[in-house]
Amino acid sequence: MTTLTDLVSYEDALASYDPVMGLEVHVELGTKTKMFCGCSTALGAEPNSQTCPTCLGLPGSLPVVNATGVESAVRIGLALNCEIAEWCRFARKNYFYPDMPKNFQTSQYDEPIAFNGYLDVQLEDGETFRVEIERAHMEEDTGKSTHVGGATGRIHGASHSLLDYNRAGIPLIEIVTKPIVGAGERAPEVAKAYVRELRELIRALGVSEARMEMGQMRCDVNLSLMPKGAEKFGTRSETKNVNSLRSVERACRFEIQRHAAVLGGGGTVIQETRHFHEDTGSTTSGRVKEEAEDYRYFPEPDLVPVAPARAWVEELRGSLPELPLVRRNRLLEEWGISATDMQAILNAGALDLIVATIEEGADAASARKWWMGELARHANESGKALDELPINAQQVARVTRLVADGDLNDKLARQVIEGVLAGEGTPDEVVEKRGLKVVSDEGALTTAVDEAIAGNPAIADKIRGGKVAAAGALVGAVMKATRGQADAARVKELILEKLGVAEG
Amino acid sequence: MPGITREEVSHLARLARLELKPEELEHFAGQLDDIIGAVARVGEVADQDVPPTSHPLPLTNVMRADEVRPSLTPAQALSGAPAQEQQRFKVPQILGEE
Repeated sequence: MTTLTDLVSYEDALASYDPVMGLEVHVELGTKTKMFCGCSTALGAEPNSQTCPTCLGLPGSLPVVNATGVESAVRIGLALNCEIAEWCRFARKNYFYPDMPKNFQTSQYDEPIAFNGYLDVQLEDGETFRVEIERAHMEEDTGKSTHVGGATGRIHGASHSLLDYNRAGIPLIEIVTKPIVGAGERAPEVAKAYVRELRELIRALGVSEARMEMGQMRCDVNLSLMPKGAEKFGTRSETKNVNSLRSVERACRFEIQRHAAVLGGGGTVIQETRHFHEDTGSTTSGRVKEEAEDYRYFPEPDLVPVAPARAWVEELRGSLPELPLVRRNRLLEEWGISATDMQAILNAGALDLIVATIEEGADAASARKWWMGELARHANESGKALDELPINAQQVARVTRLVADGDLNDKLARQVIEGVLAGEGTPDEVVEKRGLKVVSDEGALTTAVDEAIAGNPAIADKIRGGKVAAAGALVGAVMKATRGQADAARVKELILEKLGVAEG
Repeated sequence: MPGITREEVSHLARLARLELKPEELEHFAGQLDDIIGAVARVGEVADQDVPPTSHPLPLTNVMRADEVRPSLTPAQALSGAPAQEQQRFKVPQILGEE
């Protein structure tokens, strides 16, 4: 059944060809209701409980546009530096497939609400790449099909299919790039960075949670190769529904290698849709487009044109939030960190958590340190995302406060965090239950300091002679003696005091 | 003159999932040609200054607030379905074996 696909190495492919990409991203808006009717969009409802005559396409029903859907589309367009149409219409995209009971999808054709924009994306090393946006248009999602009777739920070989139309009619914004040329060997990286930046942007706008794993954001990857230096694009393949950032990168890489093998062997690339397989990172042939798609678009007669007033568009432009790239660059400056540090924070999914921890009162350096150190390690070990750990920004901020106040040292703070992660309660409760207070009993500390000095006369002499740095060894001895429950800074003070040395 | 061909009618029939006999293809080609020819005469009077119209009313921005309204019950939604299973619309096989 599975046939091995010929591939050439990525390096060889790039030595001979320039990749050209086109990315189509569908975003499900987070509106309360569908695009053209008042049915709820809530997830997890029982099948066919969120439908009405309009989204079922029953005779006599009429659609009415969701105002919030239009507003979200305009905001997305503005954030993508697009022009906003002064006047545009919906169109019917006609096709026969049971996922749309109307036998057409209400979409936009030659009059998208937003067009001609760009999105700057940042690669791992901080380099910026501008992706040009062709258009962003409004449309609606389709119903959910379940294929019964075949192997592994596939449509091929199924005896029949079952349809749930709860999703049919949920607002979608389709965002289409212009051909992305000139990315060369970094094309897969650019594709991934673009989808990630778009996701961050959509979230910052608050128009969708854009969770790819939930299908709220889906990407189709168009890719073609042309001989190095050529200007005429090659034949493209379209890999559908690539549903994670990692998959976007892998799908591009795979298609570059596959196309290069086909072209290098003297063959021609077939224009077709392909399916991406998460498990193998490969694509397989889907439907060959034997004839140009003929959807017989025509203006939707049941909906009047949308004409966003200029004053309203400007008002929306004025109310856009700080966009993710701008915000990241601002934080990078404020925190005094490098692009690489910032990239690591992004990759770890820690940015919002760190910001929230700072908002809860932690200083920036401590917030970064805990999320990127101890907590990132825990997340790694448990195979979870940082925001899935059973600890929140407020609790991390509390731990940093306890450290700043001298109630905890780093070692004890780590134990407190372990306790919180283990479900032992809030930081204060863990401190209480585990008895993790720094030893602040001066009598006990003084004794420990005296013992450390007595036990290390040579070091003590060095310190007396002015080598303050040598105090570290004595501090270590005291910390060991108190099983880490001492405030290292106070211990150092005591040592220097005892030895009659002022800290330089 | 538009000149609708038999091949175009055949293509449209396929897209619309209509099974037409050869004589019907001829028949409809002639009819569609007449209809489109008649409509095309509008273009003779509508000059550049007349924008194409898809709606008879000069309305724009007819919208509703994003507020949930009651849906049909699943039983109501499925009441017109020729077949159902697991509270879903049951449809015949979409694709055959590969």
